[in-house]
Amino acid sequence: MTSIILLSVFGIINLFVGFLKSNRILLPLALLFLAVVFGANLFNWNDTQSYFNNMLTIDNYAVAFTGIMVLSTLLLIPFSQRYIDTKDENLAEYYSLLLFSLVGAVMMVSYENLIMLFVGIEILSISMYVLAGSDKKSLRSNEAALKYFLMGSFFTGVLLFGMVMIYGATGSFNITEIGAAQVSADGVTNTMFVLGLLVTIIGISFKISAAPFHFWTPDVYQGTPTLFTSYMSTIVKTAGVAAFYKLMASAFAASYTTWFPTLIAITVLTLVVGNIGAVVQKNVKRMLAYSSISHAGYLLMSLIAFNERSDSSIFFYSLAYSTATIAAFGVLKLVADQRKDETFEAFNGLGRTNPLLAFAMTVSMMSLAGIPLTAGFFAKFFVFASVLEDANLMWLVVIAVLLAAVGIYYYFKVVIAMYMRPAENQEKVGVNSFTSFTLIFITILTILLGIVPALVSDIL
Amino acid sequence: MMNQIPEVIRTVPLEYYLYFSTALFVIGVIGVLTRRNAIVIFMCVELMLNSVNLLLTALSAYRSDPNGQVFVFFIMAVAAAEVCVGLAIIVMIYRNIRSTDVQLLNYLKW
Repeated sequence: MTSIILLSVFGIINLFVGFLKSNRILLPLALLFLAVVFGANLFNWNDTQSYFNNMLTIDNYAVAFTGIMVLSTLLLIPFSQRYIDTKDENLAEYYSLLLFSLVGAVMMVSYENLIMLFVGIEILSISMYVLAGSDKKSLRSNEAALKYFLMGSFFTGVLLFGMVMIYGATGSFNITEIGAAQVSADGVTNTMFVLGLLVTIIGISFKISAAPFHFWTPDVYQGTPTLFTSYMSTIVKTAGVAAFYKLMASAFAASYTTWFPTLIAITVLTLVVGNIGAVVQKNVKRMLAYSSISHAGYLLMSLIAFNERSDSSIFFYSLAYSTATIAAFGVLKLVADQRKDETFEAFNGLGRTNPLLAFAMTVSMMSLAGIPLTAGFFAKFFVFASVLEDANLMWLVVIAVLLAAVGIYYYFKVVIAMYMRPAENQEKVGVNSFTSFTLIFITILTILLGIVPALVSDIL
Repeated sequence: MMNQIPEVIRTVPLEYYLYFSTALFVIGVIGVLTRRNAIVIFMCVELMLNSVNLLLTALSAYRSDPNGQVFVFFIMAVAAAEVCVGLAIIVMIYRNIRSTDVQLLNYLKW
């Protein structure tokens, strides 16, 4: 709760600081605010509290995922340096919208009531619609905003319809009460319950861009300014998956057999579409968009496992995925801003001109691909291990491992371009020291978690 | 007078509300999938949200439970916020391409 209050207040303060003529103070201020929120959030550890008549519960699960999301934002906003240099006049609003949308994300991981889930999703999404279209003169950004907005509000309607059906069948919005409600096995009530369950799954699958509801992802990710793309693919996905797991674990644990086949189909389709789709891309940003679809598939696998290790494997996977993705999008943003090119060719010879950027990109690509000694390896390992507790799901793990091997191919296309391809009169990419420091920090974090995953893997 | 409203709602069987709301919702879905004008698509989304509101009110009256009606207020507030952002996005696009036809926007392809 402290994090929600602090984020709201800091967002408003940030908005007013925007009236000052100087843009320089905004980035340090936003970093300071996020650091304060990160610290304040940790104080709620092992101190479970409920608010608003049990509509929000801040427990360890909420604190852990809030931690990931605030940390991700903290690591991501240093890459906004160029907006400061170009004197973008709406900078204060961007930071404020990021802070406000974090409020929604925190609500999504701490809700105890479907109303709060809905409000959280909407706070997050509405901020993202604005940020997707923040490059007002660019038609690509316009198109991304329109697609994201129309599809997002459409699937919000679908999600609401599901929630109402569940309310009709169980008579409550509280997820614990829904879990305890007895639904008769036949008749209208049962039809409503099953329909509501499936439609809710569809609604949330859209938010985490799981196939077959992923069609918006490549277009929206490509058109959105890169900084906000990285926000979408880390914070929105983490919050979505955490909310999804919480919903399933609290409200629908008893109807496991009903949603299990649907979720398996969604997961397999997501893994296949994400990994195969990424192979054929020429644009790195689009490739990362498909890669984020495939990672949604791996995250859903631990939801399918649905045992006591699911929450910690989702936690570790989100952390590993977020850090690696932020570094990847950060380097992409720096390179693409300088070279005006987002294809694989833009990375040619980066290993010679900018060894640091190339190294950070390599580590993040290795982590996303799941190579040992990076966080991504243990993330995949924990997910597969939790799925394998049910021996009947061996085939799912086999498919996932094969597709992870496909993943190595497209991630290493970037690495090969950086180190093997000659730089044709490519200039050095200018990076300021603070951004370099952030990249070094993310790289160290990724490698550290790859060597001693026990630091955070068992906290839930 | 106010206490009678739930009773008036209850004079119609619950199934009828269910079918009616579902029909409205499906009309909205079909509209979103077939229309090309961004504003008409947006109106269809609003129709979907309002069919949900109607169903919530009916269910809440049948169960004598205020939670459903409280949710209606949340949905209305959120829908209003969504209208602000959505119309702003549509206006922004209209300024750039002088049209609100969603099929004219196809710059993002691989």
